[in-house]
Amino acid sequence: MPEKNSKTLIQQYATRLGDDSLILGHRLSEWCGNAPFLEEEIALTNVALDYIGRARFFYGYAAELSNGTQTEDSIAYLRDCRQYQNFLINELPRGNFAYTIARQLIIDIFYSHFLPRLIQSKDETLSAIAEKAIKETQYHLKRSTDWTICLGDGSEESHIKIQTAFEELWGYTDEMFSLDHLEEQLVSQGVAVDTKKIKNTWKDQIEDILTKATLTIPRGEWGVSGGREGYHTEHLGHLLSDLQYMQRTYPGLKW
Amino acid sequence: MQSTQIRKDKIEEELWVVLEEVKDPEIPVISIQDLGILRNIERLDEKIIITITPTYSGCPAMDTICSDISDALVKSGHKNFEIKTVLAPAWTTDAITEKGKLKLKAFGIAPPRKRNATDQTIICPLCQSTDTSLISEFGSTACKSLQKCNHCKESFCSFKPI
Repeated sequence: MPEKNSKTLIQQYATRLGDDSLILGHRLSEWCGNAPFLEEEIALTNVALDYIGRARFFYGYAAELSNGTQTEDSIAYLRDCRQYQNFLINELPRGNFAYTIARQLIIDIFYSHFLPRLIQSKDETLSAIAEKAIKETQYHLKRSTDWTICLGDGSEESHIKIQTAFEELWGYTDEMFSLDHLEEQLVSQGVAVDTKKIKNTWKDQIEDILTKATLTIPRGEWGVSGGREGYHTEHLGHLLSDLQYMQRTYPGLKW
Repeated sequence: MQSTQIRKDKIEEELWVVLEEVKDPEIPVISIQDLGILRNIERLDEKIIITITPTYSGCPAMDTICSDISDALVKSGHKNFEIKTVLAPAWTTDAITEKGKLKLKAFGIAPPRKRNATDQTIICPLCQSTDTSLISEFGSTACKSLQKCNHCKESFCSFKPI
């Protein structure tokens, strides 16, 4: 039955978009109490909140499509690493401030092109979530662009730190622009975004910002993927043990 | 929607007045109606349907707003109601009423200009100077940025156009 199949595919797609958002939101929230100064404390946690809000919308939609077998909480708290389908770059540790900013710039530019295309999705709910999300991403992108230029064209120390961060993260960017079988199917149905089509725009934009920041564009000699198949780095396990600790220890616990 | 019975009767009008008392939890001078969060009040048979929309995706005030709406309805004698959250069309600062913008300014928050306004100068709500600069894109809540006035030297929050 084509309709049922499509619903299952969309449920999975919404879940993985929720995974991307929740895992990144969690990493950003780890700055709470640890940021270099107060204004950044507030900025980083507000960006985290934007992502966690998106995760709730995506998971809420996936739960709706599950016909009652899942809730947004069961999706977030009761799945293990192999079931999570987020991009690997989202789960990497927060690192130092430069690392967080570099990762955020990579992802913000990605979303600034991904979300306008998701707004065009034939699925009304995904489109509505994207329509809200793009407004917030525009502010995130301004922030991460300004900080990248500030750190890159800053002191010798900040320059080295952010250059190192981009070198370490570059190999994780390939994954964002490839599609697996699930996404290929949904792209052909006009539901999902064909991220292969935004790769060049992303590349041009980030290279332009790195150049303005007096940074060298990494050579991109290696690339990793696997997140969409549930093959994750060591880091996700530790993240989930923090995130899911309360629900795992006290199943069904409510506030 | 053909199947929805929308009756503009006295109870619906009264409810707009009742819900005017539900304020934003972070900015208690402005109502959810003035903020454009409260989208619609309608009656379907004997049930009242309240439609709201969140401002930012992760707005943590939405749960409080929902329970404040429930409290207000119960206190005014209504028990059969449902609060619906819709995402589309997306909330925008353009939905804030002019009355709401004046209240924000009186409270010390620079109100947002229209999104497509070419002049986006932020005016200090305390001394009205246009000589202001950005401290941070994010202020005490996601919807506000933190600014400083170079004239009176005070910092203040500004509602970001979105």
